[in-house]
Amino acid sequence: MKYEGKVWKFGDDVDTDLIIPSRYCNVSDGALLAKHAFADGKPEFASTVSPGDVIVGGRNFGCGSSREHAPIAIKASGVSVIIAKSFARIFYRNAFNIGLPLLESVDAAEELQEGDRLSVDLIHGKIENLTRGKSYGARPIPPFMERLINAGGLVEHIRKEKLQKRA
Amino acid sequence: MPMTITEKILARHAGLESVAPGDLIEVKVDLAFAHDFTAPIAIQVFKDIGAPKVFDRKKVALVADHFVPNKDIASAEQAKLMREFAREQQLELYYEVGEAGIGHVLLPEQGLVVPGQVVIGADSHTCAYGALGAFSTGVGSTDMAAVMATGEIWLRVPPTIRVEYTGTLRPHVGGKDLILRLIGEIGVEGALYSALEFCGDALRGLSMPHRFAMANMAVEAGAKNGIMEPDEITRAYVEGRARWEPLFLKSDAGAKLEKTIAIDVSSLEPQIAFPPSPANVKPVSEAGNVTLDQVFIGSCTNGWLEDLRDAASLLKGRKKAPGLRLIIIPATPAILREAMKEGIIETFLEAGAVIGPPCCGPCLGGHMGLLASGERALATTNRNFVGRMGHPKSEVFLCNPFVAAASAVLGRIGSPEEL
Repeated sequence: MKYEGKVWKFGDDVDTDLIIPSRYCNVSDGALLAKHAFADGKPEFASTVSPGDVIVGGRNFGCGSSREHAPIAIKASGVSVIIAKSFARIFYRNAFNIGLPLLESVDAAEELQEGDRLSVDLIHGKIENLTRGKSYGARPIPPFMERLINAGGLVEHIRKEKLQKRA
Repeated sequence: MPMTITEKILARHAGLESVAPGDLIEVKVDLAFAHDFTAPIAIQVFKDIGAPKVFDRKKVALVADHFVPNKDIASAEQAKLMREFAREQQLELYYEVGEAGIGHVLLPEQGLVVPGQVVIGADSHTCAYGALGAFSTGVGSTDMAAVMATGEIWLRVPPTIRVEYTGTLRPHVGGKDLILRLIGEIGVEGALYSALEFCGDALRGLSMPHRFAMANMAVEAGAKNGIMEPDEITRAYVEGRARWEPLFLKSDAGAKLEKTIAIDVSSLEPQIAFPPSPANVKPVSEAGNVTLDQVFIGSCTNGWLEDLRDAASLLKGRKKAPGLRLIIIPATPAILREAMKEGIIETFLEAGAVIGPPCCGPCLGGHMGLLASGERALATTNRNFVGRMGHPKSEVFLCNPFVAAASAVLGRIGSPEEL
């Protein structure tokens, strides 16, 4: 899986209230949620994000509330992958469960700048900065998460591995 | 192999002799919980999975607590979806407005959470139940859908960070201050992916609401769960209310720990978390002159009866500061009823407070007291992120119920001793 897009840069401890404020979480539909992604912190994000774009965060990305509305809003906005120094644990599960890949790379998270064009190779954990001609490695995705992605998310994984076994 | 209490509970539920940090295991779930904010997505995903029935209709609890009584048409639709699912699946543990309160207070109160269980909730503060010596953690809606369908969840066994509180607590200092003090020290990712195990002689006499407040906010340090070994106070709490057989476990001596943090509480003052992070903590004496537009007492962290009693002890015979809004929301109908009997509600009304129906209220910026641009609130809640309680240019400060009550009278952040 390879993605190409431009960087939206964020800092440390981006919480899920910042990703999608509660007042917009009275619906569950991805397209509706995407309209309000980062409404309070980066109001221009929702209207100018392009398919394939990459969010780059610092440490503890996605902390706070367990709301799945957060990764859903990001995925529905067209973002292909999130790169950060580290991720909060519930957000990490939620993102993989809905098929939004995350990569951990301290160097990339530090050096990438807003607007840089990137090419991201998910399976090999390779991040290439096309604007500045530099590349970075990322921590490989754990095998279990890879199985989830290969199955097409948790729903498919459960369908294939659990319910069939039971039946 | 010596194990921590977290590892023991997980091993039993995975059908294994022992587990170690880092192990990926499949765990049987004793209770699954979701509310009107997270259940709708979980229900849609549950339907996508294609399971005809939930794994056990006695073990899936759905509680209307976030946007109820419904604040707008969209949230009414979400609540309706949850209600219809509960009916269709004949769930025994569906709590409608009137019976419902804040899930994290209601479920322990109803005896649905007991020591030794594994509880998975579609809410980040599900970690609160660790106060009873249970393993509990928050997940998203897709995970919840999978739990509802299979009764199992995959988990990575967390390493344990033990926090030992020693010394004697000063007056007006409680569980909220103990956890804020810790988060202030280790930061919002200080316990990322780990279990926070609280112990020490300072906790010995601490009542359950204080313990729940501590475990509740373990997630604010990034932890997977917060937990305490059950003791006589735990036993007394679950006696007569436990709907399932409790299992009282303790960590083995020699169990492997990631690290140990020691905190002497003898000189600890009430703590204030300044915006925009629960880790931005100062003692109340160093708060400076922070004037307030609103004070909120309630939430899953501090909406317990004891919290209301603490607040009432200071508000009795006093009035809130002119122009300040004091909003108080008892966490459950039982707490509201008892507070009425004890005259606490009368005290609050006399002090100029408004009382909300049992629900999460303004804590997460849902309804019943949102903030306008430039406004400042002091709250007994658990998060003070940008825009958490309303306008992105409003500010939220966190504290315990004593400090909230005293500050409502003073009109600025202050300590009970200043009254």
